[in-house]
Amino acid sequence: MSVASPDTDVLVSFRGVQKSYDGENLIVKHLDLDIRRGEFLTLLGPSGSGKTTCLMMLAGFETPTAGEIRLDGKLLNRVPPHKRNIGMVFQNYALFPHMTVGENLAYPLKIRKLPAAEVDAKVKRALGMVKLDKFANRYPGQMSGGQQQRVALARALVFEPQLVLMDEPLGALDKQLREHMQLEIKHIHENLGVTVVYVTHDQSEALTMSDRVAVFDKGEIQQIDPAETLYEAPVNSFVAGFIGESNAISGTIEHVDGDFCQARLTGGGSVSARAVCVRQAGQPTTLSIRPERVMLGERAVGCANRFDATIAEFIYLGDHLRLRLDFAGNSGFMVKVPVPEVDPAWQVGNRLSIGWRAEDLRALDPLAA
Amino acid sequence: MNMTADAPLLAADGVPLAVKLKRAERRKKLRAALLVAPLAVFLLATFILPIALLLYRSVENPEVPAMLPKTVSALAGWQGQGLPDEAALGVFVQELTAAKDNKAMVGNAAKRLNMEISGYRSLLTKTVRAMPLDPAAGPLREQFVNIDERWAEADYWRVLRHQDSRYTGFYLQSSLDIKRGADDSLHMAGDDEAIYLKIFGRTLWMSAVVTLFCFLLGYPLAYWLVNLPTRKSNLLMIVVLLPFWTSVLVRVAAWIVLLQNEGLINGALMAMGFVDSPVQLAFNRIGVYIAMVHILLPFMILPVFSVMKAIPPTYMRAAVSLGSHPIPAFWKVYFPQTVAGVGAGALLVFIMSIGYYITPALLGGPDDQMVSYYVAFFTNNTVNWGMAAALGSLLLIATMALYTLYARIVGANRLSLG
Repeated sequence: MSVASPDTDVLVSFRGVQKSYDGENLIVKHLDLDIRRGEFLTLLGPSGSGKTTCLMMLAGFETPTAGEIRLDGKLLNRVPPHKRNIGMVFQNYALFPHMTVGENLAYPLKIRKLPAAEVDAKVKRALGMVKLDKFANRYPGQMSGGQQQRVALARALVFEPQLVLMDEPLGALDKQLREHMQLEIKHIHENLGVTVVYVTHDQSEALTMSDRVAVFDKGEIQQIDPAETLYEAPVNSFVAGFIGESNAISGTIEHVDGDFCQARLTGGGSVSARAVCVRQAGQPTTLSIRPERVMLGERAVGCANRFDATIAEFIYLGDHLRLRLDFAGNSGFMVKVPVPEVDPAWQVGNRLSIGWRAEDLRALDPLAA
Repeated sequence: MNMTADAPLLAADGVPLAVKLKRAERRKKLRAALLVAPLAVFLLATFILPIALLLYRSVENPEVPAMLPKTVSALAGWQGQGLPDEAALGVFVQELTAAKDNKAMVGNAAKRLNMEISGYRSLLTKTVRAMPLDPAAGPLREQFVNIDERWAEADYWRVLRHQDSRYTGFYLQSSLDIKRGADDSLHMAGDDEAIYLKIFGRTLWMSAVVTLFCFLLGYPLAYWLVNLPTRKSNLLMIVVLLPFWTSVLVRVAAWIVLLQNEGLINGALMAMGFVDSPVQLAFNRIGVYIAMVHILLPFMILPVFSVMKAIPPTYMRAAVSLGSHPIPAFWKVYFPQTVAGVGAGALLVFIMSIGYYITPALLGGPDDQMVSYYVAFFTNNTVNWGMAAALGSLLLIATMALYTLYARIVGANRLSLG
């Protein structure tokens, strides 16, 4: 029982899970993942990264080609999906169009043969939770997308599963509604304490809602961390590029010194950076820095890394200004400046000194060209 | 109260907005009407007009009123007992004499009367030939009985008196096995005389059986096709549609070859030792069912397929994730969503079935013929347009009644013909 004595904090564990559809390519390469009880975990990644496949394996609609999935310590591989007691919310809502909202919500309860009075009470409570008390007799087709998604949410929660899966549930909604629903889902999660596994390709959605985010690419988890760590300390250049915005500068390592390293830029110049994925001199690297971490003009004085750059373009965005700079052979170097800090003397074509702290520049694996 | 709210809203040039809108809409409507006009004319000439004529033929009764207009009105005063009075007979003689040279008119009237009482044809032609009668040679009653004794029977006069209108319910009544008794009351024909109700019943029953089998065979196939990858399902769809591109006659002939006693199927069954003597598969009900189901199956598959295609697989997944076993989930969640397609397919198959002619005619026995066979019989063999039109009209009415019933139950707007 050495492996099987589960951490009581862990609700779901993937161990060595692989999935292939054609016997040649692995869509999920090797997945080890622990999902903690009560947490909101988001699987984030581009399409085809394997995140939805992982969700479907957990729900039971796909079987793993290798490895095992445990829920609450019990092996799930051979449990059919309808016995897993996992709630699920789909992107197209999947509300049964021939049943009213009330009947949709009562469906999982009636299957569980609950007494009618209890069914009614639970349906009522679930509708109240998503603020749709008066809609029990409507048909899904008579409701807006946002309302339908709230019903779908209520239906996945009404039978009180310990785990709820959401497969891009907000993908079909417009931006404003999506942002509103993100908060609503987050609050429902906080109030109920249910464990949520959420799949999305929208990074802002992931950052807003999640306790932890697992970034998927090419069938593997690239990094799994809380939103802040993911943003501030990406472990490789894929994560740095996928989460938020970052400037990628290519270079070669000159020497590594503990946590820091010195790198020669391909476009000329030398920088010191935090060594993240580099071990030794001569390694190619992609250096990554967030646009808001770059300091301009006088603020750059005293920075460990200082360069001169040419202003190529101004992009006005209301609360802040974006500057596109030509720097070290890189014409797409972006800098974010809050509007009050903008110097009115700046013009396109001006030379500008830029700089940043060594710990803000991260030396990562070289980005494939 | 705000006065301006009652004043009509004006457009920029002072014309009320509602009037402007109507004008703009009218132009749009006119354009739409022009676009469909050629089709509308075509349909009117080739579809609506023939159907209207058919319906009219089933109640039209011109033959006797054309030949004996005054006689039938003179007979209105007759009590129905014995022979009509001398005055009425005088009118009869006049009109018979006048029609003597118009052979076609006499022939038509004789044929029409012969439908009521068999033998009337010879009676009438014989009487016409004996015209004119001389009123001075004695009472006309006696002279008529002398021409033929049948004139002494009230039945023949009664039938004549009934020809007072250019319209008749006779054909429709006959098609429903309703007879007119001696006291002019309508009653159902006895078992030995009744024909058509049984045929209507048989037609509906056979159509229902064909529809049921099309559903039982077509539904699982459509489900399978929908769940296949698109490339494979397209290929198999072509196989489903393939029979469409062959003539019905050829397919029925092929079934005869396959199903007959010396055919491939019986040959194979006997060769494999399942049966000792051939199983009767053709020229009976089984053969008709097999061929009709085969021919009509695509009409079930296509609407069901198109409806299923529009149902995302997530519905079933959602039902299963909510805890339902896949089989009840299918019946509770998936099947109700396909009802519109099943309804459309069933309606198509059923309506086409009740009009089937060639397949039962070639592959069925005498007891497997449907209403259409008798329509063809009356038009081709006995040239009785009235009966053919009446049977056709009743078939049309039955179809429309079924459609209405279906629309009430399922809702016509939910009908999806693919």
